[in-house]
Amino acid sequence: MAGALPDVAQHDTFPKLLRYNAEHRASVAAVREKDLGIWQTWTWADFRDAVRKLAGGMKALGLKRGEKVAIVGDNRPRLYFAMSAAQSLGAIPVPVYQDAVADEMRFVLDHAEAAFIVAEDQEQVDKVLSQKEHLPALRTIIYDDARGMRDYSESFLHAYDDVVGMGREGGWDEEVDLGKGGDTAIILYTSGTTGTPKGVVLSYDNLLLCAKIGADFEHLREDEVVLAYLPMAWVGDNVLSYCQAHLVGFSFACPESPETVPHDLRELGPTYFFAPPRVFENLLTQVTIRMEDAAPLKQRVFRFFMNVAERAGADILEGRKVGLANRFLYRMGEVLVYGPLKNVLGLSRLRVGYTAGEAIGPEIFRFFRSLGINLKQLYGQTEASVFVTIQTNDDVRPDSVGPPAPGVELRITEEGEVLYRSPGVFQEYYKNSEATAETKTGDGWVHTGDAGVIDDDGHLRIIDRAKDVGRLANGTLFAPKYLENKLKFYPNIREAVTFGHERDFVTAMINIDMEAVGNWAERRNIAYSSYQELAARPEVLDIVEGHVSEFNAGLAADPQFAGSQIHRFIVLHKMLDADDGELTRTQKVRRRFISERYAPAIDALYGGEGSIVLETPVTFEDGRSGTITGDLAIRDARISGAGGERAAA
Amino acid sequence: MTRPGDILLSVKEISLRFGGVRALTDVSFDIHEGEIFAIIGPNGAGKSSMLNCINGFYHPQEGTITFKGAERRQMRPHEAAAQGISRTFQNIALFKGMTTLENVMTGRMLKMRATLAEQALYFWRGRREEIEHREKVEEVIDFLEIQSIRKTPVGRLPYGLQKRVELARALAAEPELLLLDEPMAGMNVEEKEDMCRFVLSTNHELGTTIALIEHDMGVVMDLSDRVVVLDYGKKLAEGTPDEVRGNQDVIDAYLGVSHD
Repeated sequence: MAGALPDVAQHDTFPKLLRYNAEHRASVAAVREKDLGIWQTWTWADFRDAVRKLAGGMKALGLKRGEKVAIVGDNRPRLYFAMSAAQSLGAIPVPVYQDAVADEMRFVLDHAEAAFIVAEDQEQVDKVLSQKEHLPALRTIIYDDARGMRDYSESFLHAYDDVVGMGREGGWDEEVDLGKGGDTAIILYTSGTTGTPKGVVLSYDNLLLCAKIGADFEHLREDEVVLAYLPMAWVGDNVLSYCQAHLVGFSFACPESPETVPHDLRELGPTYFFAPPRVFENLLTQVTIRMEDAAPLKQRVFRFFMNVAERAGADILEGRKVGLANRFLYRMGEVLVYGPLKNVLGLSRLRVGYTAGEAIGPEIFRFFRSLGINLKQLYGQTEASVFVTIQTNDDVRPDSVGPPAPGVELRITEEGEVLYRSPGVFQEYYKNSEATAETKTGDGWVHTGDAGVIDDDGHLRIIDRAKDVGRLANGTLFAPKYLENKLKFYPNIREAVTFGHERDFVTAMINIDMEAVGNWAERRNIAYSSYQELAARPEVLDIVEGHVSEFNAGLAADPQFAGSQIHRFIVLHKMLDADDGELTRTQKVRRRFISERYAPAIDALYGGEGSIVLETPVTFEDGRSGTITGDLAIRDARISGAGGERAAA
Repeated sequence: MTRPGDILLSVKEISLRFGGVRALTDVSFDIHEGEIFAIIGPNGAGKSSMLNCINGFYHPQEGTITFKGAERRQMRPHEAAAQGISRTFQNIALFKGMTTLENVMTGRMLKMRATLAEQALYFWRGRREEIEHREKVEEVIDFLEIQSIRKTPVGRLPYGLQKRVELARALAAEPELLLLDEPMAGMNVEEKEDMCRFVLSTNHELGTTIALIEHDMGVVMDLSDRVVVLDYGKKLAEGTPDEVRGNQDVIDAYLGVSHD
């Protein structure tokens, strides 16, 4: 089917592709959404008509070419229509993370100079209104869901339905024809692991070429089923849902609500699916918990066939030779265990599954692959329009992110930083030429800020953020993220932050996984009423200590990391949270911030105390703030092999 | 800030006795269309008894209740429900083994006309009605944002969500008057905020008149348009939250002096 893709030289913008699809696949599904419990469908012709009407209204409201339209909300068809309407008028959509608090949102809206904002509902409108005085460029707000909006009298507020009725129908085609491949298609703000967010400017050429590389590589077809459930502000959703759907002509579905995603996933059965490692971790945790509660016979059957899958599953998936007995047992397992399990998870029809953003636990990765699910890792960046490397179907390894995607060149600097050059490389950071110059070299190479190595056969392996890689006082390499990811592979450990740069030994702060540990506690009749209480139970600390000691034993076998064993650790009394600034919106640890806020805890870890009283600020969901105080025990873990010698503790 | 709505329900000189115990004595008040009306008072003041009189569960020995202009002395709960009065309970009264969806569907039972056979065979009127009612129920599920627990048995849900399902069931009957018996009891701050939001939007968006009993004074003062205060079965005061707050009898009886 790859040959059936439209010519991107002729249809070089998304509105042009929309028009192409509306003509060539008028009655094929383009967008779905579950509304009032029933999946609703818009065909490509419906999609175009909706966009044409909305664009007419937005033009009537005075939207001009080159102006920015911020889009704030969960994945909703109408917000995608708004994205397309803005693009068809030559305006630039700027999707914003919908769970950002008002202050965070202000920065992006102000920096992007958004003239229009399309918001999902009252909640988002309220956030914008609270910052209105700081947004001089803002002229018009359009909202989708009218619920609760009756008493708002501001003249610049318009209901989506009213806007649709405002415009004239004609003139859309002429506007679309004015667009060119080199125009800016979108500005995506990176969530900012460091400092303030930066607006990544991507052109239609960037996105389309990258979307095409991916589509050709995976032989995507018109009948793919995709669930668009990750934030619209994230490049992955934009490319894998919106862009590739336009290019290939498949449909993407919006979940009923963020909480119903597991149900929606099961009902849809996507064929092409992206999820961060966390989602797969959660799925595995759920499966494990449910199997622990299952009847003994079921548990035995499950364990037996999971062993079979572990022996033979990956080989069968990758087309290698497998003995007759194992092949037969695997077939039986498919009927009894793997098939039903995949069905429950909504992964029965999956052809291509991606995970990226963080390292995925090898056991988790192997678990899904052994079930016959084609889960692959990729390495990508907003600045690259996603794809830098993709694993190929027949050569998937848990510890690498695969060879460079077609059209991508890779290079490692002397300091170990990964550089790439590709057709997807971004134009610039919006209004930030300094950062652009730091990141993108004159001849088009982009600094990723990640430290990595390229294997002999061309597979890239990411170790850590380049700036986070440090050295212990004795000169040993210290790669905190590598250690933390290894720790997080234990289902009981949700989050970990390690310290060790210029120190004598490595220490860690740990968050337990409330679901996994809570279930464990429930089965042992251990009472707790909150995360804080559960995390402070000595029984729980014993489990974590066991994990850390085992983790140390694992590290001891790897000469490069034997010195990085964790000597002392603390289980925190609160979950690290994006609302408190401790994680980014994409759930990555903000290392520097944490080491400042938790400085007393770090001092105690290195000072040799047996416990510490810690007071930390928290932000509640309604935006109010308070503090949580806890008396935390500091534990020592067992050190294995050569890493044993350590300064006084 | 009383709303200028017509009187929807008028309670006149109600007295209720259980043997020698006087639960309510000569209580009168009016509930206007479109308002949120709170009944407050210390434990044992007769708040739940009052609610039970309104929806026909108790039959007061004296006094009259006039709903939508029709006066009545004795009425059974299902008749009250058919006339447009729905309620939730202090202790959740859901079918624990049934799913959220099924529980909310039961709120539509009184509006179903199909015979048992038609329903069982999912045929003719049974089928058409099921679809109609399901649509209404889905609107309520959407309104109260409980899509993700649609198929979950309510016994497995946390307390705060069960309360919300109960509200959903009451709303599914499309009531004109909604009686809420301690809708926030036993909830944490976040659940309370959610519930307040839903009570307000029920009143605002659906235009439902609401009478509620609540102990959390913050909630009562924020939500209600008008408040009546009961103490030992008697009406102590009636008025806007500010008026009631300033009333010395109320301060003595309820907010200030302890009964213990």
